[in-house]
Amino acid sequence: MIALLTRDLRLGVRAGGGFGLGLAFFLIVTVLVPFSIGPESALLARIAPGILWLGALLACLLSLDRILTLDWEDGSLDLLATAPLPMEGIVSIKALAHWITTGLPLVLVAPALGVLLNLPGPGYLWVTVSLLLGTPALSVIGTFGAALTVGIKRGGLLLSLLVLPLYVPTLIFGAEVARRGAAGLEVVTPLTLLAGITFGVIALLPFASAAVLRINLR
Amino acid sequence: MASIWEYANPVKFIRTTDRVLPWLSAAAVVTLLVGLVWGFFFTPDDYRQGSTVKIIYLHVPAALMAINAWLMMLVASLIWIVRRHHVSALAARAAAPVGAVMTVIALVTGALWGQPMWGTWWEWDPRLTSFLILFLFYLGYMALWAAIEDDDTAADLTSILCLVGSVFAILSRYAVNFWNQGLHQGASVMRAGALAGDTEERVSNIFAVPLFVSMAGFALLFIALVFLRTQTEIRARRTRALMARERMG
Repeated sequence: MIALLTRDLRLGVRAGGGFGLGLAFFLIVTVLVPFSIGPESALLARIAPGILWLGALLACLLSLDRILTLDWEDGSLDLLATAPLPMEGIVSIKALAHWITTGLPLVLVAPALGVLLNLPGPGYLWVTVSLLLGTPALSVIGTFGAALTVGIKRGGLLLSLLVLPLYVPTLIFGAEVARRGAAGLEVVTPLTLLAGITFGVIALLPFASAAVLRINLR
Repeated sequence: MASIWEYANPVKFIRTTDRVLPWLSAAAVVTLLVGLVWGFFFTPDDYRQGSTVKIIYLHVPAALMAINAWLMMLVASLIWIVRRHHVSALAARAAAPVGAVMTVIALVTGALWGQPMWGTWWEWDPRLTSFLILFLFYLGYMALWAAIEDDDTAADLTSILCLVGSVFAILSRYAVNFWNQGLHQGASVMRAGALAGDTEERVSNIFAVPLFVSMAGFALLFIALVFLRTQTEIRARRTRALMARERMG
């Protein structure tokens, strides 16, 4: 399990520059927002938490098809399937590797990008906390989507169509935490619900992803 | 005693539905006509909403069927996963576009009704939003069916997507509730008090009876369409199999 994780991490960081792409995308989205809605700082401050969440979500989405497609194409997924590790473990490790290479860096740069959007003071803490708590759910749900579409050539658009509706609850609660936090309001309720979604998804969805992957490998 | 599982046999299914379908279609047309004509022309105007209230005879039944179609797909998917009857998977596939159309009807009629009543075509109200999300789920489900070539793989993957999607659809439904308070009224036709016979709580019979007739009409229409489309799917698959066999031989 550890071996698989380190292998995936190493591949994620080294192969094909996928590692930096998500971050660069996040940066560009954040830079484009003021261009499209105007540089008015009060307005930017109000929408900053939402924009950061949306940008992180899209950056996450873009890197999803890398989770399984490469392994599928060169056949290592078939080898993994015959390994003593259960499929549920494989997909969980894959999701974890995706989170470490994509989700975690996004969480770390989000406060820096918050500066560009004039994020209010208490917002930095809550944007970071909500992303830290929410991005694992994005990775796990995304792994399910990637497992569904792994056998489909050029399945990228389909993957987005399948995964984005599944992201709705996470986005709602995550962005709500960030928004309330930035406005200096009470955050406990949405934070608890966000944590509930994340842990529920981590606990249950790998079974669905594994079932789907088994079907695809048949 | 005949078991319901006999209809899992495609031949038996087609034979039975062939016999039922003309009657079912006729019944659907008649009940729809009665319900809609009665609703549109023979009910009084609401004292506050005027004649716009009559859009309820399209809006509520369509919304009802939009949700029930997904429930039916969920049940059919479960049957496919557990018992592997092909008719069941094909029925779920056949129901999806019908459900999606029902969702669109509910959204469009809702917008048309919302414009004069609330002064807006669209509002990010929880009910409206969750219906839009339901529509996205339908789109994703149909797109996945269309994208996969192997029939059994497609049936397996879409049925699991349907199960996972149902959970997330319910989650989204309550999440949007939390996110924004709405303009849309709560349940008013099937209220607990009304079912218990409290007349204060009830939609007046003048409006409710044609509404129930329209609901029955939409339900019959849905069943007839699903039967018809399932038959088409079965025949299309059989044709493909025959053509493949011819190519081989």
